[in-house]
Amino acid sequence: MSVTREEVAKIASLARIRMEDAELDRMVPELNNILDWVEQLGEVDTSGVEPMTAVIPNTLRLRDDVVDAIPETSGGRRDDVLANAPAAEHGFFGVPKVIE
Amino acid sequence: MTDLTNLGVKEIRDGVAGGDFTAREVADSFNVAVAAAAELNAFIVTTPDHALAAADAVDAKRAKGEDLGKMGGVPIGMKDLFATHGVQTTAASHILEGFKPQYESTVSQNLWDAGAGMLGKLNLDQFAMGSSNETSYFGNVNSPWKKDGTNAAMSPGGSSGGSSSAVAARIAPAATGTDTGGSIRQPAAFTGICGIKPTYGRCSRWGVVAFASSLDQAGPMARSVEDCAIMLEAMAGFDPKDATSLKMDVPNWEAALDADLKGKKVGIPKEYRMDGTDQAILDSWEQGKAWLRDAGAEIVDISLPHTKYALPAYYIIAPAEASSNLARYDGVRYGLRDLPEGAGLQDMYAATRAAGFGDEVKRRVLIGTYVLSAGFYDAYYTQAQKIRTLVAQDFEKAFGQCDAILAPTTPTASFPLGSLNEDPLTMYLNDVFAVPASLAGLPAMSVPATINEDGLPLGLQIVGKPFDEQGVLNAGLAIQQRSGFEAKPDKWW
Repeated sequence: MSVTREEVAKIASLARIRMEDAELDRMVPELNNILDWVEQLGEVDTSGVEPMTAVIPNTLRLRDDVVDAIPETSGGRRDDVLANAPAAEHGFFGVPKVIE
Repeated sequence: MTDLTNLGVKEIRDGVAGGDFTAREVADSFNVAVAAAAELNAFIVTTPDHALAAADAVDAKRAKGEDLGKMGGVPIGMKDLFATHGVQTTAASHILEGFKPQYESTVSQNLWDAGAGMLGKLNLDQFAMGSSNETSYFGNVNSPWKKDGTNAAMSPGGSSGGSSSAVAARIAPAATGTDTGGSIRQPAAFTGICGIKPTYGRCSRWGVVAFASSLDQAGPMARSVEDCAIMLEAMAGFDPKDATSLKMDVPNWEAALDADLKGKKVGIPKEYRMDGTDQAILDSWEQGKAWLRDAGAEIVDISLPHTKYALPAYYIIAPAEASSNLARYDGVRYGLRDLPEGAGLQDMYAATRAAGFGDEVKRRVLIGTYVLSAGFYDAYYTQAQKIRTLVAQDFEKAFGQCDAILAPTTPTASFPLGSLNEDPLTMYLNDVFAVPASLAGLPAMSVPATINEDGLPLGLQIVGKPFDEQGVLNAGLAIQQRSGFEAKPDKWW
């Protein structure tokens, strides 16, 4: 399978990466080279093989059902969360207007 | 007094504990060496004050007769993929330039708790995507090594190339690395140092900038197997903040180091004999077998039939996970924002990511987006995940016949920067021997073997059973004791 310039433009748009024409022109053969190469995976008979989901057997744990069980990943850290925002206003992330 | 920058982790730790020198003297020496090595471009930022503060804390503890910790008084380099509180963390990208985390990664915190200090944040391939350290927004890293008779800048490997360069150049006794598909082992091999990627889940991924979460593992890079054992002990451990963290005790790897391999079987995978591998690499592999046999091991032939499919499967799985992980860089919450005049939210995302990601990162995000898109998901992504299962099963079967596997780390020695840039695929092939163990989540280590005819280091790789870092380290020690590898690059920086 190979991708056309239009398809690469579509993928770039899905990935939210703006691409100029020259960049698209460069990307198309590069991506096709990579896709041609991974094509060989089709040779392998994988019928009856389960796709890998966890590489090392592990069980998902439940954390204690208490508020702020792990302080670093819990609430009450608004200022820390906003500290690196390019635009933080009134305690929120600032973005361009999205509602007319 | 000997030049303290020639000392490794164990020598520094024991020397500080024994009062041969102070931790501050050590930190001072390395800070000076780091400052004088700007030409290597190994560091993105240096943090001499962090190293000194940690050293002073260790010296104060010693004065009070307290325990100094597993890494007491050892200043290290921190790959700039680990979030460090208040210290810029970029993943070598423009999109994270200026980002100062408000938290500390678990692995770095573990190291500080063990008495280590930080010399600075080490350069890397952007978002750890690369095998030569040429994709960093902050410039290429130079290897301290030169090919005999030439002055060309050589690749320190990647993605942990700042780490390998710094440790090989003796401007840091050790450094953290991360390995997604060879990013600890390949740079270690290129620069004549040791590096171990532990079993997936040994080191917490919390606070490590995510590339491909099912593959990413942190590990130490240092100049000896003992130093790696010590540092891995300090880095590893269960962390409730990482859902894939292993709830297992950290063994005392250093204390159990034993190079006597009597009764052990070491497997030689026939599929690793690939076209395009340097003769010198094949020769060093033969030498490695002889060393392990001399250490008491029995060498057995094994087969890992799906080896040739591991790399293409990796180049579906890793970009797929990356495209998902990197969706977080949107110009809203942290990092770069590019807001063209009059642009709306969607245009802001696209402009920010266009300006903030380098070419290789864009390439992989696009590949990942494509293989996960409707209509292609099963043909690419599901098929790759099935092949990942087959690769892991190959290892499982092989470990019925052997205790560890010996293979080359890379198909070639280091190459000049800029020499493999034409085609992304030729660059990807660097990791052909490293990726299978990553897909299977296995512990794997590179140790220096020899110097080739061009004066460049070559590494040997040991792959172990899940959770058997000890077996990997022991085989590594057996090689280290027999290789007598003491070559170091001539200082030109």
